[in-house]
Amino acid sequence: MKGNEALAEGAIRAGCRYFFGYPITPQNEIPEYMARRMPQVDGVFLQAESEVSAINMVYGAGGAGGRVLTSSSGPGISLKQEGISYIAGAQIPCVIVNVARGGPGLGGLNPSQSDYFQATKGGGHGDYHLLVFAPGTAQEMVDLIELAFDKAEEYRNPVMILSDAIMGQMMEPVVLPEMRTVSADKPWATTGKNGRSKPNVINSLGIVSEDLEKINIELQDKYKRMAAAEVRYEVDGVDDADLVVVAYGTSSRVVSSAITQLRQAGKKVGLFRPITLWPFPGQALADLAAVGKRFLVVEMSAGQMVEDVILSVNDRFKVEFFGKLNGTVPTVREVYDRITAVLSKGGEE
Amino acid sequence: MKKIFAYPRALSPKRTHYCPGCTHGVIHRLVAEAIDDLGIQERTVGIAPVGCAVLAYEYFDVDFQEAAHGRAPAVATGVKRVHPEAIVFSYQGDGDLASIGMAEIIHAATRGENITVIFVNNTVYGMTGGQMAPTTLPGQKTTTSPYGRDTATVGYPIRVCELLATLDGPSYLERVSVHDPKHIIKAGQAIKKAFAQQVAGKGFSLVEVLSSCPTNWGMTPEKALACVKEKLIPYYPLGVFRAPEGGDRS
Repeated sequence: MKGNEALAEGAIRAGCRYFFGYPITPQNEIPEYMARRMPQVDGVFLQAESEVSAINMVYGAGGAGGRVLTSSSGPGISLKQEGISYIAGAQIPCVIVNVARGGPGLGGLNPSQSDYFQATKGGGHGDYHLLVFAPGTAQEMVDLIELAFDKAEEYRNPVMILSDAIMGQMMEPVVLPEMRTVSADKPWATTGKNGRSKPNVINSLGIVSEDLEKINIELQDKYKRMAAAEVRYEVDGVDDADLVVVAYGTSSRVVSSAITQLRQAGKKVGLFRPITLWPFPGQALADLAAVGKRFLVVEMSAGQMVEDVILSVNDRFKVEFFGKLNGTVPTVREVYDRITAVLSKGGEE
Repeated sequence: MKKIFAYPRALSPKRTHYCPGCTHGVIHRLVAEAIDDLGIQERTVGIAPVGCAVLAYEYFDVDFQEAAHGRAPAVATGVKRVHPEAIVFSYQGDGDLASIGMAEIIHAATRGENITVIFVNNTVYGMTGGQMAPTTLPGQKTTTSPYGRDTATVGYPIRVCELLATLDGPSYLERVSVHDPKHIIKAGQAIKKAFAQQVAGKGFSLVEVLSSCPTNWGMTPEKALACVKEKLIPYYPLGVFRAPEGGDRS
Protein backbone atom coordinates (compact mmCIF):
# COMPACT_ATOMS: atom_id res chain seq x y z
CA MET A 1 0.00 0.00 0.00
CA LYS A 2 1.00 3.61 -0.44
CA GLY A 3 2.16 5.10 2.83
CA ASN A 4 -0.70 7.61 2.84
CA GLU A 5 -3.31 4.89 2.26
CA ALA A 6 -1.74 2.59 4.82
CA LEU A 7 -2.00 5.40 7.33
CA ALA A 8 -5.64 6.07 6.40
CA GLU A 9 -6.67 2.41 6.71
CA GLY A 10 -4.65 2.14 9.90
CA ALA A 11 -6.62 5.07 11.29
CA ILE A 12 -9.95 3.44 10.39
CA ARG A 13 -8.89 0.19 12.04
CA ALA A 14 -7.79 2.12 15.12
CA GLY A 15 -11.39 3.29 15.44
CA CYS A 16 -11.13 6.70 13.81
CA ARG A 17 -14.58 7.63 12.48
CA TYR A 18 -14.23 11.34 11.77
CA PHE A 19 -12.03 12.98 9.18
CA PHE A 20 -11.98 16.67 8.27
CA GLY A 21 -9.50 17.91 5.69
CA TYR A 22 -8.69 20.06 2.73
CA PRO A 23 -6.89 19.18 -0.53
CA ILE A 24 -3.15 19.75 -0.67
CA THR A 25 -0.38 17.75 -2.34
CA PRO A 26 1.29 15.39 -1.34
CA GLN A 27 -1.33 14.19 1.17
CA ASN A 28 -4.38 13.91 -1.12
CA GLU A 29 -4.48 10.10 -0.95
CA ILE A 30 -5.52 10.38 2.71
CA PRO A 31 -8.72 12.44 2.25
CA GLU A 32 -9.52 10.58 -0.98
CA TYR A 33 -9.19 7.26 0.82
CA MET A 34 -11.31 8.53 3.70
CA ALA A 35 -13.99 9.82 1.30
CA ARG A 36 -14.38 6.26 -0.02
CA ARG A 37 -13.88 4.41 3.25
CA MET A 38 -15.72 6.41 5.93
CA PRO A 39 -19.24 5.78 4.54
CA GLN A 40 -18.49 2.02 4.60
CA VAL A 41 -17.88 2.14 8.37
CA ASP A 42 -20.64 4.67 9.25
CA GLY A 43 -17.99 7.32 9.74
CA VAL A 44 -17.88 10.95 8.68
CA PHE A 45 -15.70 12.37 5.93
CA LEU A 46 -16.08 16.09 5.37
CA GLN A 47 -14.04 18.24 3.03
CA ALA A 48 -13.85 21.57 4.83
CA GLU A 49 -13.81 24.99 3.15
CA SER A 50 -10.31 25.65 4.47
CA GLU A 51 -7.53 24.20 6.59
CA VAL A 52 -8.63 26.60 9.31
CA SER A 53 -12.16 25.22 9.29
CA ALA A 54 -10.92 21.63 9.10
CA ILE A 55 -8.89 21.94 12.27
CA ASN A 56 -11.77 23.68 14.05
CA MET A 57 -14.10 20.85 13.02
CA VAL A 58 -11.48 18.55 14.56
CA TYR A 59 -11.66 20.64 17.75
CA GLY A 60 -15.45 20.27 17.80
CA ALA A 61 -15.46 16.56 17.00
CA GLY A 62 -12.61 15.77 19.41
CA GLY A 63 -14.32 17.83 22.10
CA ALA A 64 -17.50 15.85 21.49
CA GLY A 65 -15.53 12.67 22.16
CA GLY A 66 -14.91 11.37 18.63
CA ARG A 67 -11.71 9.75 17.35
CA VAL A 68 -10.83 12.37 14.80
CA LEU A 69 -8.11 12.82 12.20
CA THR A 70 -6.98 15.56 9.87
CA SER A 71 -4.11 15.59 7.43
CA SER A 72 -2.32 18.23 5.42
CA SER A 73 1.10 19.39 4.28
CA GLY A 74 3.34 22.31 5.32
CA PRO A 75 1.36 25.32 4.07
CA GLY A 76 -1.87 23.78 5.33
CA ILE A 77 -0.33 22.83 8.65
CA SER A 78 0.72 26.48 9.06
CA LEU A 79 -2.93 27.49 8.63
CA LYS A 80 -4.01 24.92 11.20
CA GLN A 81 -1.68 26.25 13.89
CA GLU A 82 -4.30 28.52 15.46
CA GLY A 83 -6.62 25.57 15.94
CA ILE A 84 -3.84 23.27 17.13
CA SER A 85 -2.95 25.79 19.84
CA TYR A 86 -6.59 25.93 20.98
CA ILE A 87 -6.83 22.13 20.94
CA ALA A 88 -3.63 21.82 22.97
CA GLY A 89 -4.85 24.49 25.40
CA ALA A 90 -8.27 22.87 25.79
CA GLN A 91 -6.64 19.42 26.08
CA ILE A 92 -8.61 17.71 23.35
CA PRO A 93 -7.36 14.47 21.79
CA CYS A 94 -6.92 14.33 18.02
CA VAL A 95 -4.36 13.26 15.44
CA ILE A 96 -2.85 15.58 12.84
CA VAL A 97 -0.78 14.26 9.94
CA ASN A 98 1.80 16.42 8.15
CA VAL A 99 2.89 14.85 4.87
CA ALA A 100 5.68 17.37 4.67
CA ARG A 101 6.88 19.12 1.53
CA GLY A 102 9.53 21.74 0.93
CA GLY A 103 9.09 25.34 2.10
CA PRO A 104 9.09 28.17 2.99
CA GLY A 105 6.04 29.77 1.42
CA LEU A 106 4.36 27.77 -1.28
CA GLY A 107 7.59 25.79 -1.54
CA GLY A 108 7.41 22.65 -3.62
CA LEU A 109 5.80 19.24 -3.68
CA ASN A 110 8.93 17.22 -2.97
CA PRO A 111 9.74 15.61 0.37
CA SER A 112 11.32 17.69 3.09
CA GLN A 113 12.04 17.62 6.80
CA SER A 114 11.99 21.37 7.22
CA ASP A 115 8.79 21.32 9.32
CA TYR A 116 10.64 19.77 12.29
CA PHE A 117 10.75 23.03 14.26
CA GLN A 118 7.07 23.69 13.55
CA ALA A 119 6.12 20.19 14.73
CA THR A 120 8.31 19.94 17.81
CA LYS A 121 8.67 23.48 19.12
CA GLY A 122 5.02 24.44 19.29
CA GLY A 123 4.07 25.85 15.91
CA GLY A 124 1.21 27.95 17.20
CA HIS A 125 1.06 30.49 20.04
CA GLY A 126 1.66 29.66 23.68
CA ASP A 127 3.61 27.10 25.72
CA TYR A 128 2.48 23.72 24.45
CA HIS A 129 3.74 20.51 22.94
CA LEU A 130 2.37 17.89 20.64
CA LEU A 131 3.46 14.30 20.83
CA VAL A 132 5.25 13.93 17.47
CA PHE A 133 5.79 10.57 15.77
CA ALA A 134 8.06 10.12 12.74
CA PRO A 135 7.32 6.89 10.87
CA GLY A 136 10.10 5.29 8.84
CA THR A 137 8.12 2.65 6.91
CA ALA A 138 4.57 2.15 5.61
CA GLN A 139 4.16 -0.44 8.37
CA GLU A 140 5.11 2.18 10.92
CA MET A 141 2.50 4.50 9.43
CA VAL A 142 -0.08 1.88 10.40
CA ASP A 143 1.44 1.09 13.80
CA LEU A 144 2.05 4.69 14.83
CA ILE A 145 -1.35 6.00 13.76
CA GLU A 146 -3.00 3.51 16.11
CA LEU A 147 -0.60 4.42 18.90
CA ALA A 148 -1.22 8.10 18.13
CA PHE A 149 -4.97 7.80 18.77
CA ASP A 150 -4.44 5.87 21.98
CA LYS A 151 -1.85 8.32 23.28
CA ALA A 152 -3.96 11.33 22.23
CA GLU A 153 -6.79 10.03 24.41
CA GLU A 154 -4.53 8.87 27.24
CA TYR A 155 -3.03 12.35 27.62
CA ARG A 156 -5.90 14.39 26.16
CA ASN A 157 -3.35 15.96 23.85
CA PRO A 158 -3.05 16.42 20.07
CA VAL A 159 -0.60 14.02 18.43
CA MET A 160 1.19 14.76 15.17
CA ILE A 161 2.49 12.26 12.65
CA LEU A 162 5.36 13.96 10.81
CA SER A 163 5.64 12.13 7.53
CA ASP A 164 6.86 13.46 4.18
CA ALA A 165 6.14 13.21 0.46
CA ILE A 166 8.24 10.05 0.04
CA MET A 167 6.84 8.28 3.09
CA GLY A 168 3.35 9.15 1.84
CA GLN A 169 3.80 8.11 -1.77
CA MET A 170 6.09 5.09 -1.40
CA MET A 171 4.47 1.65 -1.71
CA GLU A 172 5.39 -1.12 0.72
CA PRO A 173 3.67 -4.25 2.00
CA VAL A 174 1.91 -3.76 5.34
CA VAL A 175 0.18 -5.98 7.87
CA LEU A 176 -3.02 -4.33 8.98
CA PRO A 177 -4.42 -4.86 12.48
CA GLU A 178 -7.95 -6.06 13.19
CA MET A 179 -10.73 -3.49 13.22
CA ARG A 180 -11.15 -1.96 16.67
CA THR A 181 -14.28 -0.42 18.10
CA VAL A 182 -13.78 2.48 20.45
CA SER A 183 -16.39 4.36 22.40
CA ALA A 184 -16.94 8.09 21.94
CA ASP A 185 -18.11 8.14 25.58
CA LYS A 186 -15.82 10.37 27.55
CA PRO A 187 -16.82 11.96 30.86
CA TRP A 188 -15.51 15.39 29.84
CA ALA A 189 -16.95 15.50 26.29
CA THR A 190 -19.56 17.96 25.04
CA THR A 191 -22.42 15.59 24.35
CA GLY A 192 -25.25 17.48 25.99
CA LYS A 193 -25.66 17.10 29.76
CA ASN A 194 -27.87 14.00 29.45
CA GLY A 195 -28.59 13.95 33.17
CA ARG A 196 -25.18 15.16 34.34
CA SER A 197 -25.51 17.70 37.17
CA LYS A 198 -22.92 20.09 35.75
CA PRO A 199 -22.36 21.08 32.13
CA ASN A 200 -19.10 20.09 30.46
CA VAL A 201 -17.20 23.14 29.26
CA ILE A 202 -14.26 22.92 26.87
CA ASN A 203 -12.14 26.02 26.51
CA SER A 204 -8.64 27.41 26.69
CA LEU A 205 -9.47 30.76 28.26
CA GLY A 206 -7.80 31.95 31.44
CA ILE A 207 -8.70 35.61 31.76
CA VAL A 208 -7.51 35.81 35.36
CA SER A 209 -3.73 35.46 35.26
CA GLU A 210 -3.62 33.10 38.24
CA ASP A 211 -6.11 30.84 36.44
CA LEU A 212 -4.00 30.85 33.29
CA GLU A 213 -0.92 30.07 35.34
CA LYS A 214 -2.74 27.10 36.86
CA ILE A 215 -3.73 25.85 33.40
CA ASN A 216 -0.13 26.16 32.22
CA ILE A 217 1.29 24.39 35.28
CA GLU A 218 -1.13 21.55 34.61
CA LEU A 219 -0.04 21.43 30.95
CA GLN A 220 3.65 21.45 31.82
CA ASP A 221 3.13 18.65 34.35
CA LYS A 222 1.49 16.64 31.61
CA TYR A 223 4.35 17.32 29.18
CA LYS A 224 6.80 16.15 31.84
CA ARG A 225 4.88 12.90 32.19
CA MET A 226 4.85 12.50 28.41
CA ALA A 227 8.57 13.23 28.18
CA ALA A 228 9.29 10.59 30.83
CA ALA A 229 7.10 7.87 29.37
CA GLU A 230 6.82 8.31 25.63
CA VAL A 231 10.35 8.52 24.21
CA ARG A 232 10.76 6.09 21.32
CA TYR A 233 13.75 5.44 19.12
CA GLU A 234 15.53 2.66 17.31
CA VAL A 235 19.26 1.93 17.25
CA ASP A 236 21.20 -0.26 14.88
CA GLY A 237 24.85 -1.09 15.40
CA VAL A 238 25.69 1.76 17.78
CA ASP A 239 27.46 -0.31 20.45
CA ASP A 240 30.78 -0.67 18.61
CA ALA A 241 30.32 2.41 16.43
CA ASP A 242 32.88 5.20 16.17
CA LEU A 243 30.22 7.36 14.58
CA VAL A 244 26.47 7.37 15.25
CA VAL A 245 24.34 8.80 12.46
CA VAL A 246 21.12 10.39 13.68
CA ALA A 247 18.26 10.53 11.19
CA TYR A 248 14.49 10.00 11.11
CA GLY A 249 11.87 9.19 8.48
CA THR A 250 12.99 9.20 4.85
CA SER A 251 16.57 10.27 5.55
CA SER A 252 16.99 7.43 8.06
CA ARG A 253 16.30 4.97 5.25
CA VAL A 254 18.98 6.47 3.04
CA VAL A 255 21.36 6.50 6.00
CA SER A 256 20.51 2.88 6.78
CA SER A 257 21.46 1.82 3.23
CA ALA A 258 24.74 3.76 3.40
CA ILE A 259 25.57 2.26 6.79
CA THR A 260 24.99 -1.29 5.52
CA GLN A 261 27.55 -0.65 2.75
CA LEU A 262 29.98 1.00 5.16
CA ARG A 263 29.82 -1.85 7.65
CA GLN A 264 30.47 -4.30 4.83
CA ALA A 265 33.57 -2.19 4.16
CA GLY A 266 34.57 -2.63 7.80
CA LYS A 267 33.64 0.85 9.07
CA LYS A 268 32.11 1.09 12.54
CA VAL A 269 29.03 3.22 11.96
CA GLY A 270 25.64 2.98 13.69
CA LEU A 271 22.18 4.43 13.17
CA PHE A 272 20.13 6.22 15.79
CA ARG A 273 16.59 6.80 14.57
CA PRO A 274 14.25 8.93 16.71
CA ILE A 275 10.66 7.69 16.38
CA THR A 276 9.30 10.36 18.71
CA LEU A 277 10.59 13.79 17.73
CA TRP A 278 8.84 15.21 20.77
CA PRO A 279 9.66 14.04 23.32
CA PHE A 280 13.12 13.87 21.77
CA PRO A 281 15.29 10.89 22.80
CA GLY A 282 17.95 13.22 24.18
CA GLN A 283 18.96 11.13 27.19
CA ALA A 284 19.79 8.14 25.00
CA LEU A 285 22.02 10.36 22.85
CA ALA A 286 23.63 11.87 25.94
CA ASP A 287 24.39 8.36 27.18
CA LEU A 288 26.09 7.53 23.88
CA ALA A 289 28.06 10.78 24.03
CA ALA A 290 29.18 9.86 27.55
CA VAL A 291 30.85 6.72 26.22
CA GLY A 292 32.70 8.75 23.60
CA LYS A 293 30.52 8.47 20.51
CA ARG A 294 30.59 11.14 17.81
CA PHE A 295 27.50 12.04 15.83
CA LEU A 296 26.49 12.96 12.31
CA VAL A 297 22.97 14.31 11.87
CA VAL A 298 21.42 13.84 8.43
CA GLU A 299 18.28 15.82 7.62
CA MET A 300 16.37 17.00 4.57
CA SER A 301 16.57 20.56 5.89
CA ALA A 302 19.09 23.28 6.64
CA GLY A 303 19.51 21.78 10.09
CA GLN A 304 16.67 21.61 12.60
CA MET A 305 16.82 18.35 14.55
CA VAL A 306 20.58 18.87 14.81
CA GLU A 307 19.87 21.60 17.38
CA ASP A 308 18.18 19.04 19.64
CA VAL A 309 21.07 16.65 19.17
CA ILE A 310 23.60 19.33 20.16
CA LEU A 311 21.45 20.27 23.17
CA SER A 312 21.26 16.62 24.21
CA VAL A 313 24.94 15.86 23.72
CA ASN A 314 25.92 19.24 25.16
CA ASP A 315 29.08 19.32 23.04
CA ARG A 316 28.73 20.88 19.63
CA PHE A 317 32.15 19.67 18.58
CA LYS A 318 30.94 16.09 18.74
CA VAL A 319 28.11 16.76 16.28
CA GLU A 320 28.47 17.05 12.50
CA PHE A 321 25.63 17.91 10.17
CA PHE A 322 24.71 16.97 6.63
CA GLY A 323 21.55 18.53 5.20
CA LYS A 324 19.85 18.53 1.85
CA LEU A 325 17.77 21.58 1.23
CA ASN A 326 14.10 21.52 0.53
CA GLY A 327 12.80 19.12 -2.00
CA THR A 328 15.86 16.97 -2.52
CA VAL A 329 16.65 13.66 -0.91
CA PRO A 330 20.26 12.72 -0.17
CA THR A 331 21.52 9.77 -2.20
CA VAL A 332 23.10 6.77 -0.53
CA ARG A 333 26.38 7.74 -2.25
CA GLU A 334 26.29 11.26 -0.80
CA VAL A 335 25.66 9.99 2.71
CA TYR A 336 28.30 7.28 2.28
CA ASP A 337 30.88 9.86 1.21
CA ARG A 338 29.98 12.25 4.00
CA ILE A 339 30.24 9.55 6.65
CA THR A 340 33.60 8.50 5.22
CA ALA A 341 34.81 12.10 5.32
CA VAL A 342 33.70 12.55 8.94
CA LEU A 343 35.34 9.27 9.95
CA SER A 344 38.61 10.27 8.31
CA LYS A 345 38.62 13.53 10.28
CA GLY A 346 39.24 11.41 13.36
CA GLY A 347 38.12 11.96 16.91
CA GLU A 348 38.91 15.03 18.97
CA GLU A 349 39.37 18.29 17.15
CA MET B 1 -51.96 29.31 41.79
CA LYS B 2 -50.14 28.84 38.49
CA LYS B 3 -46.58 30.06 38.09
CA ILE B 4 -46.44 32.20 34.99
CA PHE B 5 -42.95 33.60 35.18
CA ALA B 6 -39.72 31.89 36.23
CA TYR B 7 -35.99 32.02 35.71
CA PRO B 8 -35.16 29.86 32.66
CA ARG B 9 -33.71 26.46 33.61
CA ALA B 10 -31.18 26.65 30.77
CA LEU B 11 -29.75 29.87 32.20
CA SER B 12 -27.27 29.65 35.08
CA PRO B 13 -28.16 31.96 38.01
CA LYS B 14 -25.05 34.10 37.66
CA ARG B 15 -24.30 37.79 37.39
CA THR B 16 -23.02 38.48 33.87
CA HIS B 17 -20.02 40.58 32.86
CA TYR B 18 -22.04 42.52 30.30
CA CYS B 19 -22.15 46.33 30.48
CA PRO B 20 -25.23 48.08 31.88
CA GLY B 21 -27.83 48.42 29.16
CA CYS B 22 -26.29 45.73 26.94
CA THR B 23 -28.83 43.55 25.17
CA HIS B 24 -26.81 40.32 25.39
CA GLY B 25 -28.61 39.55 28.66
CA VAL B 26 -32.00 39.76 26.96
CA ILE B 27 -30.80 37.60 24.06
CA HIS B 28 -29.27 35.02 26.41
CA ARG B 29 -32.61 34.78 28.14
CA LEU B 30 -34.48 34.34 24.86
CA VAL B 31 -32.14 31.51 23.89
CA ALA B 32 -32.55 29.86 27.30
CA GLU B 33 -36.35 30.16 27.07
CA ALA B 34 -36.34 28.55 23.62
CA ILE B 35 -34.23 25.67 24.99
CA ASP B 36 -36.63 25.28 27.92
CA ASP B 37 -39.75 25.45 25.77
CA LEU B 38 -38.46 22.77 23.41
CA GLY B 39 -37.27 20.57 26.29
CA ILE B 40 -33.79 20.16 24.80
CA GLN B 41 -31.55 21.38 27.65
CA GLU B 42 -30.11 17.92 28.33
CA ARG B 43 -28.95 17.46 24.72
CA THR B 44 -27.89 21.00 23.84
CA VAL B 45 -24.28 21.98 23.16
CA GLY B 46 -23.42 25.65 22.75
CA ILE B 47 -20.43 27.12 20.96
CA ALA B 48 -19.14 30.42 22.37
CA PRO B 49 -17.42 32.99 20.15
CA VAL B 50 -14.52 35.33 20.71
CA GLY B 51 -16.03 38.70 21.53
CA CYS B 52 -18.34 39.98 24.24
CA ALA B 53 -20.08 36.61 24.50
CA VAL B 54 -16.81 34.72 24.98
CA LEU B 55 -17.96 33.77 28.47
CA ALA B 56 -21.40 32.57 27.31
CA TYR B 57 -20.49 29.13 28.68
CA GLU B 58 -20.65 30.65 32.16
CA TYR B 59 -24.26 31.74 31.72
CA PHE B 60 -25.98 28.77 30.10
CA ASP B 61 -26.57 25.53 31.95
CA VAL B 62 -25.71 23.39 28.93
CA ASP B 63 -22.50 21.82 27.61
CA PHE B 64 -20.28 24.34 25.84
CA GLN B 65 -17.19 24.60 23.71
CA GLU B 66 -15.37 27.92 23.38
CA ALA B 67 -14.19 28.47 19.79
CA ALA B 68 -11.42 30.54 18.24
CA HIS B 69 -12.42 33.87 16.70
CA GLY B 70 -14.91 33.26 13.88
CA ARG B 71 -14.60 29.48 13.96
CA ALA B 72 -17.75 28.65 15.92
CA PRO B 73 -19.68 27.24 12.90
CA ALA B 74 -16.78 24.85 12.14
CA VAL B 75 -16.59 23.76 15.79
CA ALA B 76 -20.38 23.33 15.84
CA THR B 77 -20.08 21.19 12.70
CA GLY B 78 -17.54 18.93 14.41
CA VAL B 79 -19.76 18.46 17.47
CA LYS B 80 -22.90 17.91 15.39
CA ARG B 81 -21.24 15.31 13.16
CA VAL B 82 -20.22 13.27 16.20
CA HIS B 83 -23.59 13.68 17.95
CA PRO B 84 -26.30 14.22 15.32
CA GLU B 85 -28.93 13.86 18.08
CA ALA B 86 -27.46 16.81 20.03
CA ILE B 87 -28.85 20.31 19.50
CA VAL B 88 -25.87 22.48 18.64
CA PHE B 89 -25.92 26.26 18.49
CA SER B 90 -23.32 28.95 18.07
CA TYR B 91 -23.70 32.42 19.56
CA GLN B 92 -21.63 34.95 17.63
CA GLY B 93 -21.15 38.67 17.24
CA ASP B 94 -20.72 40.61 14.01
CA GLY B 95 -16.92 40.86 14.06
CA ASP B 96 -16.66 37.17 14.80
CA LEU B 97 -19.23 36.00 12.26
CA ALA B 98 -19.18 38.57 9.46
CA SER B 99 -15.47 39.42 9.38
CA ILE B 100 -12.94 36.83 10.49
CA GLY B 101 -15.49 34.03 10.40
CA MET B 102 -17.16 34.79 7.08
CA ALA B 103 -15.89 31.62 5.39
CA GLU B 104 -17.05 29.42 8.26
CA ILE B 105 -20.58 30.83 8.37
CA ILE B 106 -21.12 30.77 4.60
CA HIS B 107 -19.95 27.20 4.26
CA ALA B 108 -21.87 25.95 7.29
CA ALA B 109 -24.94 27.61 5.74
CA THR B 110 -24.40 26.23 2.25
CA ARG B 111 -23.83 22.73 3.64
CA GLY B 112 -27.20 23.08 5.31
CA GLU B 113 -25.41 22.02 8.49
CA ASN B 114 -28.15 21.16 10.97
CA ILE B 115 -27.11 23.74 13.55
CA THR B 116 -28.59 26.99 14.86
CA VAL B 117 -26.72 30.28 14.81
CA ILE B 118 -27.61 33.25 17.01
CA PHE B 119 -25.98 36.21 15.32
CA VAL B 120 -25.84 39.34 17.45
CA ASN B 121 -25.27 42.43 15.33
CA ASN B 122 -24.42 45.59 17.25
CA THR B 123 -22.27 47.14 14.47
CA VAL B 124 -19.04 47.24 16.51
CA TYR B 125 -16.34 45.07 18.04
CA GLY B 126 -17.51 45.38 21.63
CA MET B 127 -15.04 43.37 23.68
CA THR B 128 -11.96 44.99 22.16
CA GLY B 129 -13.24 48.51 22.74
CA GLY B 130 -15.51 49.57 19.90
CA GLN B 131 -13.58 49.17 16.66
CA MET B 132 -15.18 49.25 13.22
CA ALA B 133 -16.96 46.03 12.25
CA PRO B 134 -18.09 44.81 8.82
CA THR B 135 -21.56 45.83 9.95
CA THR B 136 -20.66 49.38 11.06
CA LEU B 137 -23.02 51.81 9.35
CA PRO B 138 -21.80 54.35 6.76
CA GLY B 139 -20.64 57.43 8.63
CA GLN B 140 -20.71 55.68 12.01
CA LYS B 141 -17.86 56.70 14.31
CA THR B 142 -15.84 53.97 15.98
CA THR B 143 -12.33 53.87 17.47
CA THR B 144 -10.91 52.73 14.11
CA SER B 145 -13.19 54.92 12.02
CA PRO B 146 -12.85 58.07 14.15
CA TYR B 147 -14.10 60.33 11.33
CA GLY B 148 -17.01 58.05 10.57
CA ARG B 149 -17.05 55.00 8.30
CA ASP B 150 -15.95 56.29 4.90
CA THR B 151 -17.45 53.96 2.33
CA ALA B 152 -15.09 55.33 -0.34
CA THR B 153 -12.08 53.83 1.44
CA VAL B 154 -13.41 50.98 3.60
CA GLY B 155 -16.52 49.96 1.70
CA TYR B 156 -20.00 49.13 2.83
CA PRO B 157 -21.61 47.15 5.64
CA ILE B 158 -22.48 43.50 5.02
CA ARG B 159 -26.08 42.35 5.32
CA VAL B 160 -25.59 38.79 6.48
CA CYS B 161 -29.16 37.49 6.16
CA GLU B 162 -29.46 38.80 2.61
CA LEU B 163 -26.09 37.29 1.73
CA LEU B 164 -26.94 33.87 3.16
CA ALA B 165 -30.34 33.99 1.46
CA THR B 166 -28.58 33.65 -1.90
CA LEU B 167 -27.63 30.09 -0.87
CA ASP B 168 -29.78 26.98 -1.17
CA GLY B 169 -28.48 25.47 2.08
CA PRO B 170 -30.18 27.46 4.87
CA SER B 171 -33.62 26.36 6.05
CA TYR B 172 -34.47 29.44 8.07
CA LEU B 173 -33.07 32.99 8.16
CA GLU B 174 -34.66 35.87 10.02
CA ARG B 175 -33.54 39.27 11.26
CA VAL B 176 -35.09 40.54 14.47
CA SER B 177 -34.45 43.32 16.96
CA VAL B 178 -34.55 43.64 20.74
CA HIS B 179 -35.04 47.39 21.06
CA ASP B 180 -38.50 47.23 22.66
CA PRO B 181 -40.74 44.62 24.35
CA LYS B 182 -42.81 43.99 21.25
CA HIS B 183 -39.73 43.19 19.20
CA ILE B 184 -38.21 41.15 22.02
CA ILE B 185 -41.25 38.89 21.98
CA LYS B 186 -40.89 38.51 18.20
CA ALA B 187 -37.19 37.82 18.56
CA GLY B 188 -37.95 35.09 21.11
CA GLN B 189 -40.39 33.48 18.70
CA ALA B 190 -37.79 33.54 15.92
CA ILE B 191 -35.09 32.01 18.12
CA LYS B 192 -37.45 29.25 19.21
CA LYS B 193 -38.40 28.63 15.58
CA ALA B 194 -34.71 28.37 14.66
CA PHE B 195 -34.07 25.72 17.32
CA ALA B 196 -37.27 23.90 16.30
CA GLN B 197 -35.92 23.71 12.75
CA GLN B 198 -32.87 21.90 14.03
CA VAL B 199 -34.92 19.59 16.26
CA ALA B 200 -36.96 18.66 13.18
CA GLY B 201 -33.76 18.00 11.22
CA LYS B 202 -34.47 20.74 8.71
CA GLY B 203 -30.92 22.07 8.53
CA PHE B 204 -29.13 25.37 9.00
CA SER B 205 -31.03 28.14 10.82
CA LEU B 206 -29.80 31.61 11.72
CA VAL B 207 -31.41 34.47 13.58
CA GLU B 208 -29.72 37.85 13.31
CA VAL B 209 -30.52 39.98 16.34
CA LEU B 210 -30.03 43.74 16.01
CA SER B 211 -28.56 44.78 19.29
CA SER B 212 -27.27 47.90 21.02
CA CYS B 213 -23.88 48.71 22.49
CA PRO B 214 -24.35 51.73 24.75
CA THR B 215 -20.76 51.62 26.00
CA ASN B 216 -19.05 51.72 22.63
CA TRP B 217 -21.69 53.85 20.95
CA GLY B 218 -21.20 56.39 23.76
CA MET B 219 -24.93 56.57 24.49
CA THR B 220 -27.27 55.95 27.36
CA PRO B 221 -29.01 52.55 27.12
CA GLU B 222 -32.27 54.31 26.22
CA LYS B 223 -30.71 56.35 23.44
CA ALA B 224 -28.89 53.28 22.14
CA LEU B 225 -32.17 51.39 21.83
CA ALA B 226 -33.67 54.35 19.96
CA CYS B 227 -30.66 54.25 17.68
CA VAL B 228 -31.36 50.59 16.84
CA LYS B 229 -34.84 51.61 15.78
CA GLU B 230 -33.89 54.76 13.90
CA LYS B 231 -30.52 53.90 12.35
CA LEU B 232 -30.00 50.13 12.29
CA ILE B 233 -33.40 48.88 11.20
CA PRO B 234 -33.54 51.16 8.11
CA TYR B 235 -30.19 49.69 6.95
CA TYR B 236 -30.87 46.16 8.19
CA PRO B 237 -34.56 45.57 7.51
CA LEU B 238 -36.31 43.12 9.83
CA GLY B 239 -37.97 40.10 8.35
CA VAL B 240 -37.79 36.51 7.21
CA PHE B 241 -35.21 35.88 4.51
CA ARG B 242 -35.79 32.15 4.27
CA ALA B 243 -39.09 30.83 5.54
CA PRO B 244 -39.03 27.60 7.57
CA GLU B 245 -41.78 26.16 5.40
CA GLY B 246 -39.37 26.25 2.50
CA GLY B 247 -39.73 27.62 -0.97
CA ASP B 248 -39.25 31.26 0.02
CA ARG B 249 -36.18 32.69 -1.62
CA SER B 250 -36.98 36.35 -0.96
